[in-house]
Amino acid sequence: MADRHDEARPDESSQSKNKTGTRFTRRGFLKGAGAGAVTAAVAPAILVSEAGKAAAQETEGVMSATVTLDVNGQSHNVEVEARTTLADALRDRLEITGPKVVCDRGECGACTVAMDGKLVFSCMTLAMDAQGRKIETVEGLADGDNLHPLQEAFIEKDALMCGFCTPGFLMSSKALLDANGDPTPEEVREGLSGNICRCGTYPHVFEAVTSAAEKMRKGG
Amino acid sequence: MQNFTYVNATSIEQVPSLLGRSWDDAVVMAGGTDLLGEMKDFAAVPRRVVNLKSIEGLDYIRQDDAALSIGALTTLTDVLNHDAVSKDYTVLNQAVSVIASPQIRNMATLAGNILQRPRCWYYRSEDFPCLKKGGARCYAVGGVNTYHAIFGSGPSYIVHPSDAAPALMALGATVKIHGPRGGNEVVLDDFFTLPEMNIRRENILRPNEIVTELTIPKPEANSKGMYLKVRERDSIDFALVSLAAQMTVVNGTCERASLVFGGVAPVPWRAIEAERYLQGRRITESRAESAAEAAVEDAKPMPHNGYKVEIAKNLVRQAVMALAA
Ligand SMILES: Cc1cc2nc3c(=O)[nH]c(=O)nc-3n(C[C@H](O)[C@H](O)[C@H](O)COP(=O)(O)OP(=O)(O)OC[C@H]3O[C@@H](n4cnc5c(N)ncnc54)[C@H](O)[C@@H]3O)c2cc1C
Ligand code: SF4
Ligand code: FES
Ligand code: FES
Repeated sequence: MADRHDEARPDESSQSKNKTGTRFTRRGFLKGAGAGAVTAAVAPAILVSEAGKAAAQETEGVMSATVTLDVNGQSHNVEVEARTTLADALRDRLEITGPKVVCDRGECGACTVAMDGKLVFSCMTLAMDAQGRKIETVEGLADGDNLHPLQEAFIEKDALMCGFCTPGFLMSSKALLDANGDPTPEEVREGLSGNICRCGTYPHVFEAVTSAAEKMRKGG
Repeated sequence: MQNFTYVNATSIEQVPSLLGRSWDDAVVMAGGTDLLGEMKDFAAVPRRVVNLKSIEGLDYIRQDDAALSIGALTTLTDVLNHDAVSKDYTVLNQAVSVIASPQIRNMATLAGNILQRPRCWYYRSEDFPCLKKGGARCYAVGGVNTYHAIFGSGPSYIVHPSDAAPALMALGATVKIHGPRGGNEVVLDDFFTLPEMNIRRENILRPNEIVTELTIPKPEANSKGMYLKVRERDSIDFALVSLAAQMTVVNGTCERASLVFGGVAPVPWRAIEAERYLQGRRITESRAESAAEAAVEDAKPMPHNGYKVEIAKNLVRQAVMALAA
């Protein structure tokens, strides 16, 4: 069935006769149909044959592939479908389970990882898009047996109850402190605003981040 | 989420041919923060997804004396951190600063933000085959419509969820579109469309067209802007009502006013009556009050969202007084 939209928009020729292009926009709506409304641009209708021919010449894409994921400095080959998220690839295929999947919609932050140094939600990232990027998870935070100052501070300040949100908070806290070694309380809250803790440990988390920042500034 | 064929586009010119006649054939993906959510909820079930991130050179912010040009794939974080945006385009800077969370802003693109699909909970639920998804009825009518529209709606009552779009519209931004026959440009006021034109979509874009750039004319040197957003929680949340305002006030008289609401209509909603009312007038408390009344004159609240009218009025009053000060 033809998309309704194709019918809804006049093509160039009919448009010169009948200026309804902007009638349904706010401006056109007020001006009324055809009352000299300026249709800044209405793209021409596509020609089926043209589009069909061109599409046939183009690359068809893939529904699955083997991708190489660089996680915490280690390279892994993994077979994924196009729809496989980075979170699922890490957890289900590579058994890297630090990133948790709670909401699976970009709302809670439990799946937070760094990709090429930028904080992202692995539940809203396709595994195929992570190919060749530098992925860091909470597993890479400690240096061997030495915990990262943030991890120490989280323990010290009692910043977790069930701990399900903690890997996400640690990743966000690290990104925050990497960019800003001396954040104000307001900056800490904003930096961690993409992470939700259902046990309500926020005050302790904020305290832990501030205390870790202090320690790191002193070179500890 | 249903599996699909994934294609990495390599140039803007190539994209229209990778797309199809209908939205079920193929869609483009930028940051994916909206699209993947839609696909997980089966609100979108495309057979093919065309990745735009693989196109080089669509991620830029260029500034000249007349305008700021922002490439479609520029992330919200990059918009937020750009000096020119914080200096001369305050309303945009403030709008982007209150979008979602740092992680989303790192992933989400500016074009993706204005093209994001509705958040209507019936639309996002697999169990409700509503009008917007090609079904027979709107479940917000007679259902729970707390977060739905008070302006410009019917037969669908969605609100446009974007915070960047009202700000861009208040600044008079234009959008560059690329399709099978090349490119064209349209002002945002004419880009977004009401449900009565096409209930399935929120703008004029066709299934085989993409947005390549947003261009924002430089505001007059003596104009000021601000973005006000009211939400339920104070962290990640969409606007209940928001207002993007850009005004030029000289010696207490308003020369130009551009006021665009978010969260109240299926499109970013320009408060034309309020703008007209303010133009050429001295700004006083009572003028601000009258402008606020004018802004909501056409409001048709639904059973559960009458509260939005009061918030909308408050925002107009607040912005007008602040920008005239
Ligand atoms: C938890 C959460 C909270 C949020 N809170 C807010 C908020 O407070 N305010 C707000 O404004 N937004 C909010 N959002 C929405 C978010 O800002 C958008 O998801 C994001 O901006 C979309 O950008 P993207 O690049 O990820 O787009 P994508 O998800 O890649 O695409 C979005 C849509 O646009 C289309 N598209 C993308 N780019 C192009 C292009 N160049 N040409 C043509 N079509 C294109 C896609 O096909 C798709 O339909 C929130 C999202 C989440 C998950
Ligand atoms: S408001 Fe629109 S999206 Fe929501 S149920 Fe009604 S038709 Fe569907
Ligand atoms: S699981 Fe990714 S944000 Fe919640
Ligand atoms: S400690 Fe339980 S969710 Fe945060």
